[in-house]
Amino acid sequence: MNSITLTIDGKSVEARSGETILDAARSLGIDVPTLCHHKDLLPHGSCRLCLVELKQGARSQLVASCGYYVKNGLTVETDSPRVQRARKLVLEILFASLHENTDIQRYARRYGVSRSRYKRSLEYCVLCGLCVRYCQEVKKADCIGFVGRGVHREVAWIPLSRYDDTCKKCMDCQAICPTGVFPSNWGMASPAVES
Amino acid sequence: MNKLASAQDLENLRQRVAEGNKAGVTLSLCCGTGCGANGSKKVFDALSAELAKRGLRNVTVKRTGCHGFCERGPILIVFPSEICYLSVTPERIPEIVSKTVENGLVVEDLVWRDGGKLFARHSEIPFYAHQKRRLLANNTVLDPTDINDYIGCGGYAALARALFSLTPQQVIEEIRKAGLRGRGGGGFPTATKWEATRSAADPVKYVVVNGDEGDPGAYMDRSLLEGNPHSVLEGLLIGAYAVGAAQGYFYIRQEYPLALENARRAIAQAEEKGLLGDNILGSPFSFRVGIHQGAGAFVSGESSALLSAIEGHVGEPRLKYVRMSESGLRGKPTTLNNVETWANVPLIVAKGADWFSSAGTAASTGTKIFSLVGKVRNTGLVEVPMGATLRQIVFDIGGGMQNGKTFKAVQTGGPSGGCIPAQHLDAKVDFDTLAGLGSMMGSGGMIVMDDDSCMVDVARYFVDFLKEESCGKCLPCREGISEMSSILNRIVKGQGKPDDLDFLEDIAVLLSEASLCGLGSSAANPVMSTLRYFRKEYEEHIFQKRCSALACKSLIAFHIAAAKCTGCGLCRKQCPVCAIGGVAKSAHRIDQALCIKCGVCLEVCPSKFGAVTKMSPASSLANLQKQ
Repeated sequence: MNSITLTIDGKSVEARSGETILDAARSLGIDVPTLCHHKDLLPHGSCRLCLVELKQGARSQLVASCGYYVKNGLTVETDSPRVQRARKLVLEILFASLHENTDIQRYARRYGVSRSRYKRSLEYCVLCGLCVRYCQEVKKADCIGFVGRGVHREVAWIPLSRYDDTCKKCMDCQAICPTGVFPSNWGMASPAVES
Repeated sequence: MNKLASAQDLENLRQRVAEGNKAGVTLSLCCGTGCGANGSKKVFDALSAELAKRGLRNVTVKRTGCHGFCERGPILIVFPSEICYLSVTPERIPEIVSKTVENGLVVEDLVWRDGGKLFARHSEIPFYAHQKRRLLANNTVLDPTDINDYIGCGGYAALARALFSLTPQQVIEEIRKAGLRGRGGGGFPTATKWEATRSAADPVKYVVVNGDEGDPGAYMDRSLLEGNPHSVLEGLLIGAYAVGAAQGYFYIRQEYPLALENARRAIAQAEEKGLLGDNILGSPFSFRVGIHQGAGAFVSGESSALLSAIEGHVGEPRLKYVRMSESGLRGKPTTLNNVETWANVPLIVAKGADWFSSAGTAASTGTKIFSLVGKVRNTGLVEVPMGATLRQIVFDIGGGMQNGKTFKAVQTGGPSGGCIPAQHLDAKVDFDTLAGLGSMMGSGGMIVMDDDSCMVDVARYFVDFLKEESCGKCLPCREGISEMSSILNRIVKGQGKPDDLDFLEDIAVLLSEASLCGLGSSAANPVMSTLRYFRKEYEEHIFQKRCSALACKSLIAFHIAAAKCTGCGLCRKQCPVCAIGGVAKSAHRIDQALCIKCGVCLEVCPSKFGAVTKMSPASSLANLQKQ
């Protein structure tokens, strides 16, 4: 495996080709916040919590570290003022909906987020897609998926007919949900399927 | 089928068609989307019937794509005299045929007229005279459903030149020398894209046309695909040859049925002629094209979402930090260009880089098509050299403002762009200047606004549009735009709060910094550009509940001045909600509790009385009524 050298928060790091910036940063013990990331799933890049600043000469850009693969000579800042500003604004949306999630609440405290100005309730699903992607990518079952666009997007069981032979035996999506609310949604939906 | 087996075959066909076109009179009738909606089908039927009746067999009628002057359609041009008739109706056809076709005379009340002067010839009309029409030039003479017509105008000669006189590398060099930049909005150098795709290791490569134009008020790409589909196809062929692709795709949105139909037909005819398929024109180059019909998502115009859609997935942007030229469609090196970019390619290869860059500025070369719409007198499609000023476009070509109103701003770049105020009317329209003004070139939408347009409401409109079009995948775009929309909707209703502007600015940072794709990261531009130039309007809405443009219904009131009202009763009879009371010949009065602020009373009150006024804030009415 090719070894790649990059700089993260001023420290030179060796990483393997095919690793992401997130992997490399975590191997240094840096606590980069994530929500939609999962070690067994492909990068999704939807929650935007893992944004880091990539510096290329005078230019810099924010990238999702979960999906950016390491390259030789990259210079990465994981907690620069620009990163902090963006992350704080993302956390403002998440923290009000994720009361039960200790990680999110910890990050919210770290970035000084104590209130949310957002009016729309995410109704306990932040659409991180962990359940959907786990069902597709790991279980190869495609029992749940996204429907709708924009603010109408939601997670739906499709098709319901697979409940008996697949879903009832699996239920892995319940454990993976970061809001902790998935099981109760499941409970509400299941009797309807059985009847 | 009579396949063209060589460049000479193509040239022979061109000469035959061109010879045929010289003979007799040709009537070129615009059947583009605008003129079509204005009844050009009926005009065509009337024209065909009239010609048959008079036995005029040497007169050809061509149903062409968009001529551009959509404000005054249907448009009919008589060739070779080039007399151009505007707002043609079926009833006028006998007169046109007898006077102009048979006797060469002008029907004077159907030609452009300005200040008592007649402009009978197409190219003399100020709307056209101030343009530089290269891409659109053939739209007035081509039947888009006939490949021979395109070949007769020199079509596919650029492809032949590329295949037989230039190496792929030389084609890329010519494009680079021309300085062609992407017309889809980003302005990325086309040659750089091509070169990267060409030098990618994988031998399987793709070229793709982005025909997902969806900005409100924009129809440049639509008109090219409808009116001159072969120019886009020829550009794609040349690009495929340059980057080394054997397969290409047109992505066309389903809302453009005629564009889809004409592109499909163009591809089928090119296949019949041997301009697509194996060993094109007898060369070693082989290429095939497929069409992907969009499924109705604005976000599919974003490059990674567009490729996802072609692959059969939901058209949602992907998290990808690998360039498309390395890994694009199906993981293969891919060049994706906008319709107008591709259409420029044959012109550059046929006429050379120097010719191309003779129009435009140093950093933005060539011409650009804009759809000029809104409160301007001459709406339509216009093509100008890059670097033309906004004033030239709005006033010289557009003829200035409708109804003598005052120019307030022009919105460029669609929902990702911004509003440019009057003080920048002399700014040059090129990629970099517009970006510096907080807007962008975008694909070329230009919406002109006058004093009756409320800039807060304009921002609200675009944000509401984006709220519906956000795919919802990433958190900042989905939640940020939605929140922005609810704030702006509150403000225009007079329910704005003092800290709303701070919050809007924070959401703008969130969107531009944290969104997954370009839709989200540019979504705040309509808000930020109006805040930059028209902040006072936002403040008036929030603090004084006042809309100075008198556009936001919640903030205005209608009032009948008792001293001026003669009690004619017109307004009372027209009011749809019976909110106006009063007896004949005595002053009327509006019941504000019932009034829905439709403005009919103001419209119908005879100007000699001028008794009805519109005012804001609505509370100012109370003071008036006390008097």
